Amino acid sequence: MDAMIVFDLALALALVGLAWAVLATEDLFAAVVLFIVFGLMTALAWVRLAAPDVALAEAAIGAGVTGALLLTTLRRTAGAATPEVTPPAVSWGVGALSLAVTAGLGAAFLGAPSQGPGLEGAIAGNLAASGVEHPVTAVLLNYRAYDTLMEVVVLFAAVVAVWSVAQAPEAETPAPGPVYAGFARLALPAAAVVGAYLLWAGATMPGGAFQGGAVLGALGILALLARSYVPAPEHRAMARAAFIAGTAVFALVALAVGFGPRVAFEYPPALAKPLILLIEAVVTLSIAATLAALFFGREPEPLSVEARP
Amino acid sequence: MSPDLIYGLAGLGVFGIGLFRALTLAAPLRRVLALKLCAVGASFLLIVAAYREPPGAADAVPHALVITGIVVMVSAMAVALALIHRIAVLEREGGHD
Repeated sequence: MDAMIVFDLALALALVGLAWAVLATEDLFAAVVLFIVFGLMTALAWVRLAAPDVALAEAAIGAGVTGALLLTTLRRTAGAATPEVTPPAVSWGVGALSLAVTAGLGAAFLGAPSQGPGLEGAIAGNLAASGVEHPVTAVLLNYRAYDTLMEVVVLFAAVVAVWSVAQAPEAETPAPGPVYAGFARLALPAAAVVGAYLLWAGATMPGGAFQGGAVLGALGILALLARSYVPAPEHRAMARAAFIAGTAVFALVALAVGFGPRVAFEYPPALAKPLILLIEAVVTLSIAATLAALFFGREPEPLSVEARP
Repeated sequence: MSPDLIYGLAGLGVFGIGLFRALTLAAPLRRVLALKLCAVGASFLLIVAAYREPPGAADAVPHALVITGIVVMVSAMAVALALIHRIAVLEREGGHD
């Protein structure tokens, strides 16, 4: 047990040090790389805290997809430097304010009952009726399905906003070299299998629609970078259908079970597993398409496509 | 010293650093990074709240909340980065006029 405490202390110090380094580094590229390392260390800490589902989501989305978004933004905005000029008085004032807020949060954290009974009893008591055996999936897709529906809506709103904001044609990315093309050829099918497996595994063990969707979204990013897939204007209708499919199927199922004696979102126990798997499968595809589209960053336009070889 | 206390304090530290930097840094990309660190720090507190000493099983509700938070954060981040890109493009065009 003592050896684990040493590991915990080292990891905790590394996390705080990395967080400081991310924001203190002069070079933005180095800051983004440190941020990705920070995300992976966070995932490690969450595994240690018995939260493997969240660790998977953080590693895949928080570090992976977010890192890819940051790096591509960095390349697109290259040369736009903002001088860091904060007057010392402002720094000290804001520092005191941040310290006060953090100290207040710390007092609340240290004063809160730990190890106390939360909702784990209620979750375990109703797991048999939820349709899945894994508690986190039961919370996401059954007990608190309304939250998850709204989360899919937020993702959809993000892609609508990104398509509305970024309409300028891009400078072309340099073509990938033979090493990258070979890597993509090996990695693409492997990522497809891992993504599908995570989705299926989510019913009984850590995994699920968001983790699977993130891996499949990364597959989309890889395909975009390797030019295995080049978005064309005539794909727009298909892309829009993929973005909205998750929200639409989720909402329709939730409302459809509400007819008769039940209320919306109350799946009949006998049908709960097939319904949850149906929602998860469609949501996974929507998440994957949306994340890849967020990385691509704009609507495919005729202009930029004609410029491609 | 138990893991929940250690990582809870680390989460608080990360949150504080993020908050301070989000309010003092000027470069938009760094401010977005700082806000993301705030979100991770807050998530740490939820994960720690769900932790139970073995052999107890962790509470799944905070876990589900953090997964939702991660997805909402990547959505917000994508929109923020698209806006940063747009500002950079407009500033570049403005510079040439």
